[in-house]
Amino acid sequence: MTSTSVMGGIVRRKEDPSLIQGKGAYVDDVKRTGELAAVFVRSPFAAATITSIDIEAAKAAPGVHAVYTADDVRHLGPNPAQVAVGTLRPLLADGAVKHVGEAVAMVVAENRYLAQDAADLVFVDYEPGEVVVDLKDAFADKVKVHGDASNILLTWHGHGWWEGVIDLPDPSPGIQEAKERDDTVTVSLEMVNQRLLPTAIEPRAVLADWNSGYGSVELWSSSQIPHAVAGAVGVTFGIPSNKVRVVAPEVGGGFGVKLNVYPDEILVCFASKELGRPVRWTETRREAGFASTQGRGWVGTATITGTADGKILGYELEAICDMGAYSHNFTVAVPLLGLFIAGGQYNFPTSYALHCVVTNTQTTDAYRGAGRPEAAYYLERIVDHFAREIGMDPADVRKANYWKPEDFPVQTAIGLTMDSGDYEKNLDALLDRVGYEDLKAKRDAARAEGRLLGLGLSTYVEVCGFGPSALAGLGFSWGAYGLPTAFNGSGVVRVQPDGTCTVTIGTGPSGQGHETTWAQIVSDGLGIAMDNIEVHHGDSVDLPMGIGTFGSRSIAVDGTATFEATARVRKKAAIIAGHLLEAAPEDIQFADGRAHVAGSPDRAVEWGQIAESAYQPHTLPEGVEGGLESSVVFSPPNATWPFGSHMALVEVDPETGDVDLLEYWATDDCGNVINPMIVDGQLHGGIAQGIAQALYEEAIYDDMGNLLTSSMANYTLPVSTSLPLFSLDRTVTPTDVNPLGVKGVGEAGTIGSAQTIVNAVVDAVAHLGVRHIDMPLRPKRVWQAIQDAKE
Amino acid sequence: MTESILRLTVNGALHTVVTSSHRTLLEVLRKDLDMTGTKHGCDLGECGACTVLVDSKPMLSCITLASQVEGREITTIEGLSDGPFPDELQTAFSELGAAQCGYCTPGMILSSRSLLDTNPDPTTDDINEALAGNLCRCTGYVAIISAVHLAATRTLGRAE
Repeated sequence: MTSTSVMGGIVRRKEDPSLIQGKGAYVDDVKRTGELAAVFVRSPFAAATITSIDIEAAKAAPGVHAVYTADDVRHLGPNPAQVAVGTLRPLLADGAVKHVGEAVAMVVAENRYLAQDAADLVFVDYEPGEVVVDLKDAFADKVKVHGDASNILLTWHGHGWWEGVIDLPDPSPGIQEAKERDDTVTVSLEMVNQRLLPTAIEPRAVLADWNSGYGSVELWSSSQIPHAVAGAVGVTFGIPSNKVRVVAPEVGGGFGVKLNVYPDEILVCFASKELGRPVRWTETRREAGFASTQGRGWVGTATITGTADGKILGYELEAICDMGAYSHNFTVAVPLLGLFIAGGQYNFPTSYALHCVVTNTQTTDAYRGAGRPEAAYYLERIVDHFAREIGMDPADVRKANYWKPEDFPVQTAIGLTMDSGDYEKNLDALLDRVGYEDLKAKRDAARAEGRLLGLGLSTYVEVCGFGPSALAGLGFSWGAYGLPTAFNGSGVVRVQPDGTCTVTIGTGPSGQGHETTWAQIVSDGLGIAMDNIEVHHGDSVDLPMGIGTFGSRSIAVDGTATFEATARVRKKAAIIAGHLLEAAPEDIQFADGRAHVAGSPDRAVEWGQIAESAYQPHTLPEGVEGGLESSVVFSPPNATWPFGSHMALVEVDPETGDVDLLEYWATDDCGNVINPMIVDGQLHGGIAQGIAQALYEEAIYDDMGNLLTSSMANYTLPVSTSLPLFSLDRTVTPTDVNPLGVKGVGEAGTIGSAQTIVNAVVDAVAHLGVRHIDMPLRPKRVWQAIQDAKE
Repeated sequence: MTESILRLTVNGALHTVVTSSHRTLLEVLRKDLDMTGTKHGCDLGECGACTVLVDSKPMLSCITLASQVEGREITTIEGLSDGPFPDELQTAFSELGAAQCGYCTPGMILSSRSLLDTNPDPTTDDINEALAGNLCRCTGYVAIISAVHLAATRTLGRAE
């Protein structure tokens, strides 16, 4: 990085001038001539056999162009973008439905009103079957979701998670021995990590336009993974990838819900092909509840065994993880991601058993954090509980068990390698900043007056920046089931003939400010002004491969690809500039939009002159090819391992159980920071979503599998009055798995925050006898816990 | 479907629209007038993304029939800047990272505009209250609240 770096500085987002004027073009702002509108007929039953579907009245309705059922699309096969575990979801329900909201038929009409009217004329005869929603009932196979198959799709075991590749001894016998010792304490809590609706403010939307002349299709989709969608469309219709263009324009929030290839994306392409007109479908808010994936949904028991001096000798987690009815993109991989941080930042034996279980509910998949908030929740709740039971300060217990800086690289409990970390330094930075001892005194003084103040701490380590190509062998890559993609990063840096720069990247941002951050990387490397750099993303024809944006991966992987491409362009530009300036290439430096000879700032050429020469090969030195661009595909040697420490101060109303979140502090470590404003923004949003899980949000199903919280009015998203202003700080421990030293930050806030709140609330009422309250900590639950403890 | 002729004043300009009588203001803005800056998030009046100003007051265009607002002054995000010069709020949102995905941003800025028009020096509580009908999933509201404060400070000519 140069000394006049835009890296790490205060840089305004390039995206904002458009967004603040309402000029951002999302899928529903893109128009095609002759559009038709699609509406889906959805199942009102969570489990039923379809005995007949009568579409005649709907087909005859005004303005209707087609009504499709499974009979029309069966030949296309199931949605190909599913992990081949369990039963695959058909494009439209084929003879049976497995959750409320499953699409049974698609109606295409002149406009959405007519399509909806006609959809109401589709008569489906259902024979309702037995429904299983409760996770423990599903785990016990009391009612089976898919025929005779067990509901348990698979169980991830910590030590044996990658059979034949990582072969670790079972830690359970050692933990059992520790439990039987006279000098140990064993504590256990059963806890629910409840179902959530990711809830992007922009609903999902798709628009397909099939060109029968070229045999090609263009699809606009509000997606985090346009290349994967293109792959799935190509595989489904048997057309090559260069005939499919998928564009994710502005995307109004993702959080994992747009990290799937959905049947509707394929079905609108099908309808457009059949009807010869563009076809659009936009999700209603209610559909967002049951047509898009959901998150979390674990019931588990965490157990810790340790000695009275705070040394933990074993940690066990057994959980039932709700997959919903079908297995999508990452469904069964979400618990695996939790397993990846088994043991967290601690040096103690860890035993995991995570059961992936199907139920008659909508599919779960990645939601901000994806498995890691769940894993961190169980671990940090039980560590806190253990500290309370042995009467030690929760910060001291954590420190007594951390990996030390000199231990790195560390082999984790499941055999992965953590490259770097300094957990005690990070925790101390937080404790110093908040004035931990004073806060505890303040809490205790308030408690003496009868007020219920609580202080909650959580630390965490996360794993992100996927990913190393070796993981593709695990089936963790889409490449393993036929889509033309694999986990890596792509970046193309091209200097235009006028000396400006175009950067094309393989990410699919949904508000993360990639245009800005990537421009900073390139501006820093080439000395070209930010305003003269344009960054393109989210279009599958721009690059042969792009993995998209999820798992806090973009900067560590795609950012590095762009960094490397920038270095290659700079190297070639130095040769050209050296030729123009009659100097050696190694003496050329780049700054302020030009190249100059080191030590002689006046001996300079503008980028425009370098580019002009590059595109007129006869002006180039012998052996140098024309053009000035570089395309890099980067595969990192390892994932990255951010970490952090969070603290909350709450006050509980003893009369009502209402939780008032007074203060929230976070000290995170995501390695080097390119744009502090964007990094802080990611933390703000991530923390807000973790707090929301702790206090407000829950996807509630009734016993018949109806989602009772399918609108924003009854699914309680936090509003401006719900949250305090967070106080952020950071430590910086760069990673060496990429040259930028960056780790990723999109999910860190969510991974650290839910248990911080619960630990604080339990701390506020622990002296009354309360040891745990399940999320969301709505007033009634807290009040009830206090009442129960009194008895 | 019954069609009717509507005369709507949007951002100071009079538009005559022949459209279905049942159309909401949101639909007329986006579909008939091709002004797509106003966003739809729920079509149920729950998220605030469709907020526009009607006679300077915030209104949810997804649950307002276009025919209800004939003869009134409608302001959308497209009408907030003065030509190339952004509103003070737009500038502050951009400076402080108050927009992330940008989808709630138009509604958020318009609700903030209405607040500052009636209460030029709001407290944080005032801002929270005024924006409680506009959901944001990206920012945790932190930068948004700071941006409204910043815009107010500049409008009042106070030191930042």
